[in-house]
Amino acid sequence: MQIFKKILIGIAFSPNLKANLFEAIRISNMFSAKLVAVHVGNKTDEKKQKLQLLLNEAPNLNTPLNTIWQKGKPVNVILETCKNEGIDLLILGALQKENLYKYYVGSIARELTRKSPCSVLLLIKPSVIRVPCKHIVVNGLKDEKTKDTIKTAFKIGNQLDCKRITIVEEISQAELDIKVSDDISLRKATIEKAKIKKREDLRVENILSEIDCKETTLKIQSIFGRRGYSIGHYAKIKRADLLIMNAPKKMGFIDRIFPHDIEYILSELPTDLLIVK
Amino acid sequence: MGRKNSFKTFAKEIPTNIFSGFVVSLIALPLGLGLALASGAPPISGIIAAVVGGIVTAILGGSNVTITGPGNGLVVVILAAITTLGNGDMQQGFLYTLAAIVVSGIIMIILGFLRLGSLGDFFPSSAIQGMLAAIGIGIFAKQVHVMLGNLNAKGSIIELMLGIPEGIKYYFTTDNQSVFYAGSVGIISFLIMVFYSKIRNRYFQLIPAPMWIVVLSVGMHYYYQYFSVALYPIEESLLIALPNDVMSNFAFPDFGKLLEFDFINAVIAITLIASIESLLSIKAVDKLDPLKRRSNVNKDIRALGLATVISGFLGGLNVVTVIARSSVNVNNKGTNRSANFFHAIFLVLFILLFATELRKIPLAALAAILVYTGYKLASPENIKKVFRIGKEQLIIFLITLITTISTSLITGILVGIISTFFIHVVINKDIMLFLRNLLKPNVLMFKEDDKYFVSIDNFSSFLNFTKLKSKLNQIPENEDVIIDFSLCDFVDHSVMENMNSYAETFKRKGGHLEIIGLDNYSTRSDHPFALRKNIPDFIKPKKGVLTKRQKSLQKIGTELNWNYLPLQEEKISELPTFGYFKTRQINKVSNIVSNDECSFFDVEFSEGEMIAKQVIRASMFYIKLDKEIPEFTLDREGFFEYIYHFAGFKDIEIDNHPDFSKRFYLSGKNQEKIKELFTDELIFFFESNPYHHIESSKQGLLILGKERLAGVKEIKALADFGIRLQKIISS
Repeated sequence: MQIFKKILIGIAFSPNLKANLFEAIRISNMFSAKLVAVHVGNKTDEKKQKLQLLLNEAPNLNTPLNTIWQKGKPVNVILETCKNEGIDLLILGALQKENLYKYYVGSIARELTRKSPCSVLLLIKPSVIRVPCKHIVVNGLKDEKTKDTIKTAFKIGNQLDCKRITIVEEISQAELDIKVSDDISLRKATIEKAKIKKREDLRVENILSEIDCKETTLKIQSIFGRRGYSIGHYAKIKRADLLIMNAPKKMGFIDRIFPHDIEYILSELPTDLLIVK
Repeated sequence: MGRKNSFKTFAKEIPTNIFSGFVVSLIALPLGLGLALASGAPPISGIIAAVVGGIVTAILGGSNVTITGPGNGLVVVILAAITTLGNGDMQQGFLYTLAAIVVSGIIMIILGFLRLGSLGDFFPSSAIQGMLAAIGIGIFAKQVHVMLGNLNAKGSIIELMLGIPEGIKYYFTTDNQSVFYAGSVGIISFLIMVFYSKIRNRYFQLIPAPMWIVVLSVGMHYYYQYFSVALYPIEESLLIALPNDVMSNFAFPDFGKLLEFDFINAVIAITLIASIESLLSIKAVDKLDPLKRRSNVNKDIRALGLATVISGFLGGLNVVTVIARSSVNVNNKGTNRSANFFHAIFLVLFILLFATELRKIPLAALAAILVYTGYKLASPENIKKVFRIGKEQLIIFLITLITTISTSLITGILVGIISTFFIHVVINKDIMLFLRNLLKPNVLMFKEDDKYFVSIDNFSSFLNFTKLKSKLNQIPENEDVIIDFSLCDFVDHSVMENMNSYAETFKRKGGHLEIIGLDNYSTRSDHPFALRKNIPDFIKPKKGVLTKRQKSLQKIGTELNWNYLPLQEEKISELPTFGYFKTRQINKVSNIVSNDECSFFDVEFSEGEMIAKQVIRASMFYIKLDKEIPEFTLDREGFFEYIYHFAGFKDIEIDNHPDFSKRFYLSGKNQEKIKELFTDELIFFFESNPYHHIESSKQGLLILGKERLAGVKEIKALADFGIRLQKIISS
């Protein structure tokens, strides 16, 4: 299980800074973690003053804020700081698409997400005032990291006072080796699906047996569909507040051209997203 | 299900299938001859296609009541192929075309194995309509001349059309007896085709119209032979030519042009039309099947491909699934593929036994059958239907029609697809919506509470319909399905039409498929299949155009004798007094069905502000009460999401009802009064009904099921729950 003891936030003096900072401070307090802020650029008095003004307004941090000022390429600086400082969680703000309420991850945040050595939290709608987290969706797919991710989800749910957690098992269509083409194959496929669902449910329940989840409203939902895509769409229509996913194994050049798994979600964030390393 | 048992029913149904196959063969005979003639091929080639098709697909096919044989759509393509490949030599051109037919059959087998039956979905339905109409006009233009006894009319479709008045004049003024008589037979035959369905005589209707034409023209020949002193007035050249020994004179394909451009072009055109025609027919015939079976499309395509290869090698035309003959099969109670087999056998018998008689049929008589078919394909009715769906559909239809007539089928359908896409872009004023999301998965389907829920994101049009279709095909048709388009910015006509046919199929098989999330969309016509575009909240929807869901709500309203209002100008004033709406901003209340005490409606509200704002639509039920009741909320135990605004209040335990207290979470300020309100009767009511979130303000009750729009079936359940609750509370 992941315990977030040290949190890093990148500071760019953008209009979103205040909200981002407030969220980071609140999250650090909830996790009782240390907060490190890094700014890529010159350390000027003006910037220092601005930051101080915001900090004065912000809720009190339980442990003092550590601010790092360093010049260089944003991605490199942040990744290095993650390693040097032993960061557990990197918080990034997402961007909103011009029209409608659609969010996506900018190029820098995307690269950071891919390369980050630690867990990453992407916020789509950082807010100055706290919006309570009411519903967490976490992936339950068959992967060695899933157990850890689900445990982390419950821990976070506890810390954020979130009482509702849904575990989504994404079952790849390819696992179903029956192609539906007429009534008979449809009947077979439906039975087969029920079997697979049962098997997957059992696997998740096995994981859950090690976790104390009496306090939460728990739901296990199986979805047959494209991995990485279905869970995002599900989180969107169920209006989840936080989506927790395993970190993808390794992403190469080809994955970016033919998006899969987490790339679908990065291209259009449905909710706040936590990627657990 | 035992194999023995199904064999028993099969054996029992053989007599009906033999009869049905016989009736179908009566139509297939003249049509097969006529279609082959119209294609510029020897008449026997049409019969070969029907015979081979009937036998092969009956054994290997994947559908049940379809009939296979030469198709209408291919007439134009085959004729073009014979003319271009033969360079004027029709006989040599036919041999080259046979090779193209064989190759197209092989391609269809491959398509079937690759499960590409779904390729047919990439053609927008208005473009297909336009293409079919163009084929109809093509058949009509050529065959009108033949019907009038003139075999020599040549030229492009447009030239032939323009030549029709000239042709009619020629028919009346000609001094060639043979032409005049042939023309008269043609016109009479055409009149038989037109008025056949109007004559409701049981004995007359026993024989299908095309067969009447055959019987009458053969009868005419015998009249001249035995009773009249005059000679048969129609020349040999205007009669059908059948080879003397039918069973031995097979034409063999010539593969000499295999790699030439014209040949490849012909192969593509033949394959395209053969697959589209077959796919459309299979889909349409499935809707007619009295046993409600689902055809295995890919298996059928494979069988059709194999049949086409064999037919091509024997000198026959393409084998496709044909709608008209299939419906005749269904009407005559054909129940399985053996009907198709028997139709083939009867055709063989006809050719072997009556070859002499068939040689007496004037070409004009067969042309009349085709003129009628061509007219049906391109009838003004069809154009009117397309126009009713929307102006833009008519534009697509006409563009495809005109391009197909003036160039070729492939160009026509391509232009149709491109213009459809272009029109979609113009309507949305946004090309990125399509480009960015084209390859992304956009359909989510999951099963929840024994109901399938399908949600579609971004846009849904002919471009990505296969994704939606492949999900829908996995749902057994006796289940409940809700399809939610509310995340979609654009839904096109092809998708709407397909959704409607899915809804029909589900209804037929005892399930229920419902579409939600379209009520806020703007349409350009009030046709249920019109394309729909999501409009931002600040533009008010046009009045008077109701979606299917809204119409159903209206109907529920009438059934209950309640009022229905699609849109309320002023919001229901009591709503904001409920705790639920303390943190939620109401934007709009719509689709209100109400009487004096109760109402149910869709409400659109937003959660959060500014950047965190989310717009939500949900269906609710509201009860107005005469007496004052204490404020409370009632929920399923452990359903924490609703109740945080009442935080601080504990679950109220009702004495003597431990089960209720365990299952429900009841909270409120005034514990004593709440306990008073929850009588045994009320508690029993809650215990025996599905969970809903219920809360009261002082003078009203608000009931909501899920935090989304409810389907009509769910609305009915909600209304029923609400009405019964209202009776108990106010008593």
